[in-house]
Amino acid sequence: MAIAIVRIRNLFAVTMLTGIYSLLAASLFVLLDAPDVALTEAAVGAGIAIILMLGTLALTTSEEKVHKKPQNLLALVVVFITGAGLIYGTLDMPHFGDPEAPAHQHVSPRYTQESVDEIGIPNMVTSVLASYRALDTLGEAVVIFVAMVGVIMVIGGGVKRRWRDRGRVLPDGKRDKP
Amino acid sequence: MDWLGLYNYWVVVILMMAGFYIVIAQGNLVKKIVGLNIFQTSVFIFFISLAKLDGGSAPVYVEGITEYSNPLPHVLILTAIVVGVALTAMGLALVVRVHELYGSIEEDEIHEQDGSD
Repeated sequence: MAIAIVRIRNLFAVTMLTGIYSLLAASLFVLLDAPDVALTEAAVGAGIAIILMLGTLALTTSEEKVHKKPQNLLALVVVFITGAGLIYGTLDMPHFGDPEAPAHQHVSPRYTQESVDEIGIPNMVTSVLASYRALDTLGEAVVIFVAMVGVIMVIGGGVKRRWRDRGRVLPDGKRDKP
Repeated sequence: MDWLGLYNYWVVVILMMAGFYIVIAQGNLVKKIVGLNIFQTSVFIFFISLAKLDGGSAPVYVEGITEYSNPLPHVLILTAIVVGVALTAMGLALVVRVHELYGSIEEDEIHEQDGSD
């Protein structure tokens, strides 16, 4: 799937494939015992992100131009070297589902065994999100706010500028700029 | 067969490198953002697969079950997904703005126009 996205030139098809890819990732999260994450990925990754991309394509263009570029080979080499380094790094990692892994040692038992008594919510993801790590969630809200302000500044300013370039309407009904 | 338990990391690495290749080798700005998304999703899969526990169930309390997957990575990834979409929105807004100014979303055409000014 990802490789098809690399190859395909039509950006509309790329967008659709990205949506399918997000949905596949969401079903993978269900298999990995993360239903909350899967819901979010399906709604946000496969829904909102695709709508945003389609909006962008509507405002710009949906065909990518084809050209041969000399740096493609260099890029491929860089990618392979990085990938090999990362795979070498995984050789020391704990195995998939290993209960002795460090990720399952420190705060995880507290969350899974005591959060129901401490917070009173059966869904542990919710208790961690809203109580133990509420500060992270506040930070997330701040990031979304900043992104929203940024988008408004980047695009909304453009709309205003187009109005200004078109010129003011003069008393005789004509505009002062062509 | 000891190394077979590491396959989840390899899937992540392959996806990550596909995204990385798109970002550095493709000239189209929308496609670069798609590549960034693939890269992000690979990191999500990495975290969620770290949280998985053999014999554990989804982290929702049920009477009689004591083994659950680790909820902390799930929370972090929930946050990361939403932040990622905010980032995508921001990037796409910049693409729209670039298209307004240059009439193109191809990197080399934009560089050409900059050079001729």
